[in-house]
Amino acid sequence: MSLTIYAQRLGDDSLILGQRLSEWCGHAPAIEVDLSLANVALDLIGQASHFLGLAGAIEGKGRDADALAFRRDVMDFTNCLLVEQPNGDFAQTIARQFLFSHYQVLFLERLAAAQDERFAAIAAKALKEVSYHATLASDWVVRLGDGTDESKARMIAGLDWMWRFADELFVMDDVDAAAITAGAGVDKAALRPAWDQRIDAVLADAGLVRPAARRATLGGRTGRHSEHLGHLLSEMQFLQRAYPGATW
Amino acid sequence: MYTTDLSGKNKAEAVSEDAAKVAAFEARVANDEFIEPKDWMPEAYRKTLIRQISQHAHSEIVGMLPEGNWITRAPNLRRKAILLAKVQDEGGHGLYLYAAAETLGVSRDEMTEALLSGKAKYSTIFNYPTLTWADIGAIGWLVDGAAIMNQVPLQRTSYGPYARAMVRICKEESFHQRQGYEIMMHLAQGTPEQKRMAQDAIDRWWWPSLMMFGPPDDKSPNTEQSMRWRIKRETNDELRQKFVDITVPQAHAIGLSVPDPALKWNEARGAHDFGEVDWEEFYAVVRGEGPVAKERMQARQKAWDDGAWVREAARVHAEKRASAKIAAE
Repeated sequence: MSLTIYAQRLGDDSLILGQRLSEWCGHAPAIEVDLSLANVALDLIGQASHFLGLAGAIEGKGRDADALAFRRDVMDFTNCLLVEQPNGDFAQTIARQFLFSHYQVLFLERLAAAQDERFAAIAAKALKEVSYHATLASDWVVRLGDGTDESKARMIAGLDWMWRFADELFVMDDVDAAAITAGAGVDKAALRPAWDQRIDAVLADAGLVRPAARRATLGGRTGRHSEHLGHLLSEMQFLQRAYPGATW
Repeated sequence: MYTTDLSGKNKAEAVSEDAAKVAAFEARVANDEFIEPKDWMPEAYRKTLIRQISQHAHSEIVGMLPEGNWITRAPNLRRKAILLAKVQDEGGHGLYLYAAAETLGVSRDEMTEALLSGKAKYSTIFNYPTLTWADIGAIGWLVDGAAIMNQVPLQRTSYGPYARAMVRICKEESFHQRQGYEIMMHLAQGTPEQKRMAQDAIDRWWWPSLMMFGPPDDKSPNTEQSMRWRIKRETNDELRQKFVDITVPQAHAIGLSVPDPALKWNEARGAHDFGEVDWEEFYAVVRGEGPVAKERMQARQKAWDDGAWVREAARVHAEKRASAKIAAE
């Protein structure tokens, strides 16, 4: 059971962030940016298919990745709160990507070395993708932080919006502990120092300082989400909900 | 995606040009040689190409909007990924077409401003709304199908950078066309609601797709000169006929009907006879009076305006880093 949830959490993180990024398609600040955000979204949707497919297989109740993506309600989604945050302006989108992709790199590096080959194989493939995402996001943090007064102010505001959701990335619970026992887990809490170091280095290059510490907002892993997720799901799941039983 | 010239007549600007140079140019074109950016070319040829290539690029970029409208609502993960990749391809096409136009001495910013001011046109087809998921199938099948019809001959167009861009674009468009038809096929074999959706989509997209080939030959002011310059290689009506002949059997094969009571196979011609396009509607859409023309332009304007501070930040940052590098050397 808990390994199902574990795979589902990984799939949900990628799915929800991929869905968010795909909202930019056709509306980004420049064509090159549009293409790069779509690339990231595509990678994430691919990861979601793999992790959710694995979750369904482990669960063994005949649910595939689509059943999990399109026919669960908010309380059964287990993504972290960070990825469901609205795109906001481009700086807010970049802040979200920056915090998440650096976490994802560290996480997947460990997962790629896991005993459970099913998880390790997906992680190894995804790792190449997310390394690029982290670089892309970091480059934009630096450009925007160092660019104009306006871009700097927007980058600060974007980081400020997202910062309360960073701690959740590193919280360990029973599901994580059970996954470690089963040979598929990662000690997320142990990733924090390396993550802090990477984030601080990029912020320094951007001429920015890390936002002030604040009380963490938690709950995504157990289905306690922000108000934003329900709207995202109602849009994403519309066809599957409106035409039950149809295939596409 | 769309290559039929929608603008007015070319001015006779060649009069002041060196007759010997013009003759040599025309001979090269007649001989099917490629004209390259550094080669001498008549001013009217350059202007026609800038107009046509930039119009084509704008169509790719505006064309991201109707399909982008369904990315967040795609019915499953596979369809979502395919659609996202497809819309991303259109953006890529826009990028290399802008780059091809830039070789003729116009900047991307100038072209973008011409689009946003309404001075430059884009394909009429994108001024129609995407109402159901079947529209994504119909666009791939009919709209990209019509685009391929227009674009295959352009792989041999006389201007080298344009022809080479078209080779790459055509490969991707044929993938788009197949995925669109596959969506339609799936819907046509689906539930009664899905069949209804598919038929409704072809009913709405059929005529606008035929309009994509541009006005009839006798009302296409630039066709003759463009054919002579080998910017264009087949006439609007020839291409339209070809499209009808290929597409009608595809519709029938999946049990969809084509919304044209006059449509009939003509044994003697070896081609379909078909009804008259509503040219009044076409010209209205060209004038910017299409059903969602305002929404399309508003979306492009908003992306451009909202992105201004990002582009400015990137520019300023690059300058700062460049001058820091010089200072360090």
